[in-house]
Amino acid sequence: MGKLKMTAKVVSQETLATDVYSLVLEAPEIASQAIAGQFVSVYTHDGSKMLPRPISLCGIDREAGTLRLVYRVVGFGTKEFSQLEAGDSVDILGPLGNGFMKSDKKAILIGGGIGIPPMLQLAKELDCEKSVVLGYRDEIFLNEEFESYAQVYMSSEDGQHGVKGNVIDAIKEYGVDGEVIYACGPTPMLRGIKAYAMEKGIECQISMEEKMACGVGACLACVCKTKDIDEHSQVHNRRICKDGPVFYAEEVEL
Amino acid sequence: MSDKINMSVDIAGVTLKNPITVASGTFGSGMEYSEFVDLSQLGAVTTKGVANIPWPGNPTPRIAETCGGMMNAIGLQNPGIDVFKKRDIPFLRDYDTKIIVNVCGKSKEDYVDCVEKLGDCDVDLLEINVSCPNVKEGGIAFGQQPDALYDITKAVKAVAKQPIIMKLSPNVTDITEMARAAEAGGADAVSLINTLTGMKIDVNRRTFAVANKTAGVSGPAIHPIAVRMVYQVANAIKLPIIGMGGVATTEDALEMIMVGASAVAVGTANFHNPYATVEIIKGIEEYMKKNSISDIHELIGCVK
Repeated sequence: MGKLKMTAKVVSQETLATDVYSLVLEAPEIASQAIAGQFVSVYTHDGSKMLPRPISLCGIDREAGTLRLVYRVVGFGTKEFSQLEAGDSVDILGPLGNGFMKSDKKAILIGGGIGIPPMLQLAKELDCEKSVVLGYRDEIFLNEEFESYAQVYMSSEDGQHGVKGNVIDAIKEYGVDGEVIYACGPTPMLRGIKAYAMEKGIECQISMEEKMACGVGACLACVCKTKDIDEHSQVHNRRICKDGPVFYAEEVEL
Repeated sequence: MSDKINMSVDIAGVTLKNPITVASGTFGSGMEYSEFVDLSQLGAVTTKGVANIPWPGNPTPRIAETCGGMMNAIGLQNPGIDVFKKRDIPFLRDYDTKIIVNVCGKSKEDYVDCVEKLGDCDVDLLEINVSCPNVKEGGIAFGQQPDALYDITKAVKAVAKQPIIMKLSPNVTDITEMARAAEAGGADAVSLINTLTGMKIDVNRRTFAVANKTAGVSGPAIHPIAVRMVYQVANAIKLPIIGMGGVATTEDALEMIMVGASAVAVGTANFHNPYATVEIIKGIEEYMKKNSISDIHELIGCVK
């Protein structure tokens, strides 16, 4: 079917932690084709806001025809989304971007902060031996849901949950190993993971983010720097929304 | 009255089946939006600016949202004319639409080189971007002084095999002076407006919201300014005008047409609604039917 813009009905919304919400939307046309690592653009109801907000897919339920978005309130748009209630509707565009490139290699799934949600759908889709490492600042969320799919290791900046420190500290502390890393989180975390994967010589896929406008690869707002000249752009830039958001870590400069 | 209505317009001898095109830079070369709209329904596709060689563009963040629009400083990232000719033009030629290639450069030589290389291409019109506010060297410099605009228009016109449209900047004291310079230099048409230079501060990071510091403001917030400028230019020169600037609805497009634009480009609205172009085409048709207007020329410049 391909990408489409549609009006989705809100099935439910709940609060998972301070400013972190879980929104379930009825969007069968998108749910039927989406995969882990893809995202949707969500539009506000305020006509003075032209740009949609890109939000990753935390859950895709093909049978129910629903999408689950877990997001943090960071500004006007996400604030408005957090006030949506069951029965309300919201416009979305998707599915956008490419998902994770799955294999049956022993996997380490790493999520940091609001980069955790897309890893839940990946954990569900990956049919292989896997571990999950979740990095938090303080408050934890979604960790229990990961437990149905894999052993979960945690880190937190204040040390209240799991290892005190970051996800790499947790991997080292608990001796987590694997042949492929899938990761999503803030850029400093991704930088650390890339370095760790290169040191260990293991495959590493990272999901990136940047301010986006079109979300479909036309406007060239959300580029990242690449090691080699990209075939499409003919320069050292790739489009996060269209060519990503998932990239092999060695391809991109962080 | 019969149901037959004429929506076709003429830009420098090129017939567009309807007056709607897209603003350069908001639509790539149409590939990405072809998943949402049938490009053959558009009067023309205006491509993202292309230079004689690939350009990497500006650092990120390249955009920020503003009230009623956005601001961008992409910095004219483009793959260069050679790849563009091999890849983008054949893609677009498969559709029943006119092709307007937007050309950018940092020097007169760059523009001339790129326009010469387009000479053997099956494209309909060239839009010369002398108004991008986001590139430090060249570009806008040609678009802010009448003499410089006259010179670059003349230089490009001398080598161009297709009719040329000079894209005007709103970041000037008197846009009619610039329009007259383009006309005197031999331009076949003008398009306006490019984005308005703005600035936004990210108060949490305590720095500029866009890495380039300044960025071009677009979207519905600038539409009344664009309408005013199209009106002024339409009254100052005889060339056909492609109007743009915050066009998001049928009404916005009709305003542009009524003050003198022969064609209208939809830009930022594509990001909000990927179906905006075809919805506006349908909306104009409905407006014409409802008001018993059989030919769109009855509307072009009807508000004096």
